[in-house]
Amino acid sequence: MKSDRIKFLVFALVVLLVPLPLSGGYLTNVLIFVGINSVLALGLNLLLGYAGQISLGQAAFFGLGAYGSGVLTTTYGLNPWLAMIAVAVCVGLFAFAIGFPVLRLKGHYLAMATLGVGVIVNIAFNETVELTGGPSGLSGIPNLSIGSLTFDSDLKNYYLVWVFALGMILLSLNLVNSRFGRGLRAIHDSEIAARVMGVNARLMKVQVFTLSAVMSAIMGSLYCHVMTFISPNSFGFHFSVEILTMIVIGGLGSVYGSVLGALLLTLLPEMLRTFQDYDIIVYGLLLITMTIYLPGGLVEGIPALLRRLVPARKVREGSDA
Amino acid sequence: MELLNQVTQFVISGLATGSIYALIGLSFAIIFNSTGIINFAQGEFVMLGGVLTIFSLNVLHLPLIAAILAAVAVTTVIGIVFERLAIRPLKNATPLMLIIITIGASILIRGLVMLLWGKDTQALPAFSGTDPISVAGATLLPQHLWIFGVTVLVIIGCRLFFNHTISGKAMRACSFNRRAANLVGISVGRMVLFSFVISAAVGALAGVIIAPLTMTAYDVGVMLGLKGFCAAIMGGMGSGLGTVLGGLILGTLESLGAGLISSGYKDAIAFFILLLILFIRPQGLFKKGETERV
Repeated sequence: MKSDRIKFLVFALVVLLVPLPLSGGYLTNVLIFVGINSVLALGLNLLLGYAGQISLGQAAFFGLGAYGSGVLTTTYGLNPWLAMIAVAVCVGLFAFAIGFPVLRLKGHYLAMATLGVGVIVNIAFNETVELTGGPSGLSGIPNLSIGSLTFDSDLKNYYLVWVFALGMILLSLNLVNSRFGRGLRAIHDSEIAARVMGVNARLMKVQVFTLSAVMSAIMGSLYCHVMTFISPNSFGFHFSVEILTMIVIGGLGSVYGSVLGALLLTLLPEMLRTFQDYDIIVYGLLLITMTIYLPGGLVEGIPALLRRLVPARKVREGSDA
Repeated sequence: MELLNQVTQFVISGLATGSIYALIGLSFAIIFNSTGIINFAQGEFVMLGGVLTIFSLNVLHLPLIAAILAAVAVTTVIGIVFERLAIRPLKNATPLMLIIITIGASILIRGLVMLLWGKDTQALPAFSGTDPISVAGATLLPQHLWIFGVTVLVIIGCRLFFNHTISGKAMRACSFNRRAANLVGISVGRMVLFSFVISAAVGALAGVIIAPLTMTAYDVGVMLGLKGFCAAIMGGMGSGLGTVLGGLILGTLESLGAGLISSGYKDAIAFFILLLILFIRPQGLFKKGETERV
């Protein structure tokens, strides 16, 4: 437990110090999105990696957060912070309501149902033109501010996003080590066995689904205020798959794995600018090869590789002596 | 009278797209029944059918019939490669892993097609002209007839294959009980490969016959695949008439909804139906419920 706390403190310190040598340049901007994607990946990981329930509609909750905040602050002039809270509550209620019928389904059917929800929400973004601006998007969303401090630069937004992200990472770390987290893992291994042991599987699945939706919605709100422009394309099926790829690469069932996956998959397209739209080829290959050869993701793969290297050296030293 | 004519028109085009959904639904069910896998890359087979035919026709200058055969053959080979490289290496895979892998395969295929042939929407010429035929105040295109004809033939072919050939019966045996099938000497691995072959071919054929009506591009597979899945779910994931009916009902409802309510929400209608069925009758419209097996 104590080492967990130290690990988190080191992680938080690194996160808070990283932008200082970058002096607000382009990389800082990319790292803002690493923060947002980390939380999205983390939300899905709680659901998929811990509770074993897949969702291919995570981008929809992210989008609902972004559009909710965007519309409430621009069209209706609501205070951005109030809007963020209101939207988070509404998305939570929505997820809770659809969670019961959706999460009764298993495996492939669950995947298809969540995908269906995601597609319907995305179509709604495109079609409710008067409210959302339709395919051409919604612009002129204000930046967030506290008193006289307006989050209008990359550096300020970096700290804004990452304070939220660190909070949610800490919350998730505590959650997975709690009674609730153990219940989720029990559901993952065998839902029927978990229910026999007194875990209220049906309710817990909906609760973790709701939590992941609310986390995504809050990130959506932040995203729209950071970007000041949003369009439906950012919240489609493609992005849901991207979030899935992040946690498959980072590590299913690992909080830091989610962050690692988000970091890699956000930096990768930036470094390989020539790829542009073809990044889906890389994602496809990664999804297939990682699942076949490294189902635990990099978080498990790297230490396993190190372990394989370290004892090998010991054996050699032994034979020398 | 005006409205009646319109409705007839919507029903005709709905039945045509519904036939396509039925074929795609069948191709889902064939793989599902022999492997328990829902192949998320199924829609890409459909897309490949259309795109490859256009390529063979325009670039290789093959005659139409040869172009179609080539497209179906190449898609089938891709199905085989997919099964060998991505499905077979996994022993004891969980449904979750299979979902992730087939999604990976689907975006990989989509990406490669985009890389090779670009993002443009292309049209395949109609097989026998576009002179409309007037039926009961509505118009029917020759391509509609092709779609109905091919669908009926494929369904009859599947039925004969699964009921009257050794391979077909062996595949059905695998779907009932894999271990028992193995014990009586059926090579389950080969049957799984077979199911990918048939499924890819049927999917590709569906893609070919719809391409003249709806145009085709690298990204049409997602929607077509999902709607085919919806048809299969309506039919209870069987490879029989239930799926065909499911496809026809879905196509007709979608066409009526798009025509009479709003065309922008056309795709949403299909997904709404999908969710409704998953919530209320996940065992399909025409099947009795089964108890959960532990």
